[in-house]
Amino acid sequence: MTQEEIIRPENKVYSRPDLLCDVHTHYCPGCSHGVVHKIIAQVLDEMGVADRTIGIAPVGCAVFAYNYIDVDWIEAAHGRAPALATAANRLNPGRLVFTYQGDGDLSAIGTAETIHACNRGENIAIIFINNAIYGMTGGQMAPTTLLGMKTATTPYGRRADLNGYPLAITPLLAQLDGTCYVTRQAVHTPAAVNKAKRAIRKAFENALAGKGTSVVEVVATCNSGWKMTPAQSNQWMAEHMFEKYPLGDLKDVESKTK
Amino acid sequence: MEEVKLMKGNEAIAHAAIRYGADGYFGYPITPQSEVLETLAELRPWETTGMVVLQAESEVAAINMVYGGAATGRAVMTSSSSPGVSLKQEGISYLAASELPALILNVMRGGPGLGTIQPSQADYFQATKGGGHGDYHLIVLAPSTVQEMADFVGLGFDLAFKYRTPAMILADGIVGQMMEKVVLPEQRPRRTEEELRAQCPWAACGRGDRDHRNVVTSLELQSDKMERNNERFQKTYRAIEANEVRYQEYFTDDAEYLIVAFGSVARICLKAIEDARAKGVKVGMLRPITLWPFPTAEIARLAKQVKGILTVELNAGQMIEDVRLSVEGTVPVHHFGRMGGMIPNPGEVLEALSACFTDLKF
Repeated sequence: MTQEEIIRPENKVYSRPDLLCDVHTHYCPGCSHGVVHKIIAQVLDEMGVADRTIGIAPVGCAVFAYNYIDVDWIEAAHGRAPALATAANRLNPGRLVFTYQGDGDLSAIGTAETIHACNRGENIAIIFINNAIYGMTGGQMAPTTLLGMKTATTPYGRRADLNGYPLAITPLLAQLDGTCYVTRQAVHTPAAVNKAKRAIRKAFENALAGKGTSVVEVVATCNSGWKMTPAQSNQWMAEHMFEKYPLGDLKDVESKTK
Repeated sequence: MEEVKLMKGNEAIAHAAIRYGADGYFGYPITPQSEVLETLAELRPWETTGMVVLQAESEVAAINMVYGGAATGRAVMTSSSSPGVSLKQEGISYLAASELPALILNVMRGGPGLGTIQPSQADYFQATKGGGHGDYHLIVLAPSTVQEMADFVGLGFDLAFKYRTPAMILADGIVGQMMEKVVLPEQRPRRTEEELRAQCPWAACGRGDRDHRNVVTSLELQSDKMERNNERFQKTYRAIEANEVRYQEYFTDDAEYLIVAFGSVARICLKAIEDARAKGVKVGMLRPITLWPFPTAEIARLAKQVKGILTVELNAGQMIEDVRLSVEGTVPVHHFGRMGGMIPNPGEVLEALSACFTDLKF
């Protein structure tokens, strides 16, 4: 194929999703957030629901998610996104309401709001980015930080006797009657990205169809917080994170798996 | 003919919310205001007006549901009592910072801490001076009757939407729990989607036909922009101060002494004033209806006419600070209060008057 042929529109195989805003990102190079934002924008584009979507942004690195995806957004207080989503959805039937939350937001300060929104079976989708660290505040321990992992508040490594155990919250959410779909994904390889995208689409479709709460956990990297290169981070994640947070569906009411 | 009902103040709030056409109520049980949620559940407005009623998992969740609903332009409210309202302060600060209309009812009980379930007015500072973090004010309405409980739901919502700021009904446990005659407002329809989009072009309710996205946020990391945001909030507060001061005067025409009291305490004081006047002592009263904005100019005007002012409150002396700021030292201002759920009788108010002002004899 000549260069002229390659750049013809009909030969285009990839482009920035229409809904992904053409702005500078505040995320660090190599951060998983950018990939997840992209696939959310792709899914919303493909579903054609941008006009009826309300995103709920968290506190954490993704606090500025509203700068990147061209739908209506509400910025929540730390951990409260599922409470906002509950009301935004119940008061506005027919909308696709999703939250985008990190591990500190969802599984520390917002544990109660998360569990109860899921237990009520709110017709929302929860996108949960688990990178085992607090990124925005500068690399402190998260509930999901692995034992032995060094962070700004566990400088000698997380110890169970001092800091408790890593919290796997999605299996807990999968137990609740209100959840219809709970899955754990990653975005470290093209194949994983495709699977994560399918999971997010399913979660959004469930929410619009009123099937209950869907939770998509994305096991992710924070190369700045982990003090590694992006490539090293992906490798470290695969070698260490997936043991505690194995990928795959934890619950899918439709396929009768649990 | 208008329909007169007998009900508790808390029940009147629930009826009035439905009749106002409120879109949603989110609450968590706490004495002495649980009848609001109980009455709404019994009335099942989701089957009539379509109003959403939800018992949240906590006061924190409830106020954040209010935040989420208000951000979509809906008329939403919550209610609680003192310890629960402390929990709501995070969300109230965010509502103010995001310039969202909402209605919050506090049926005050005695504190601090878990305190007591009996009536109090000890959350005056919290309600009028901010309560949560940052420079903000709530519009604070203080009802003294069950009728005002009902009326202030509509007034609170209207003011909240007019100025895009949260409003609070600051009731004490007496007015929440007592039963009185009340005429409920006429049933209004809830706003349609089209009306909402026209009246709240800022609402993050889904883009619809809009050519841009709406973002509701209180975050602005650039200090110069955050200062401009604050200046905009303050401009709103100055407009509220200029336009929305509400109060009621009693026997002030010839008053030589002035009582300042709000809520149900004002009614106890009114009885004391009648007793004083029967003994030839000319006492009058100003009852602030809006605690913020405070009737500063009106109290300053009356201060030129009276020999002294007594504030009567169910607390250790909170509103007295605003009264003293109003009169700027021109007349003596004293405080009489009961705390911990105790309620004064009219005789105690008279005793306090004569104790504070030695030339005043009954």
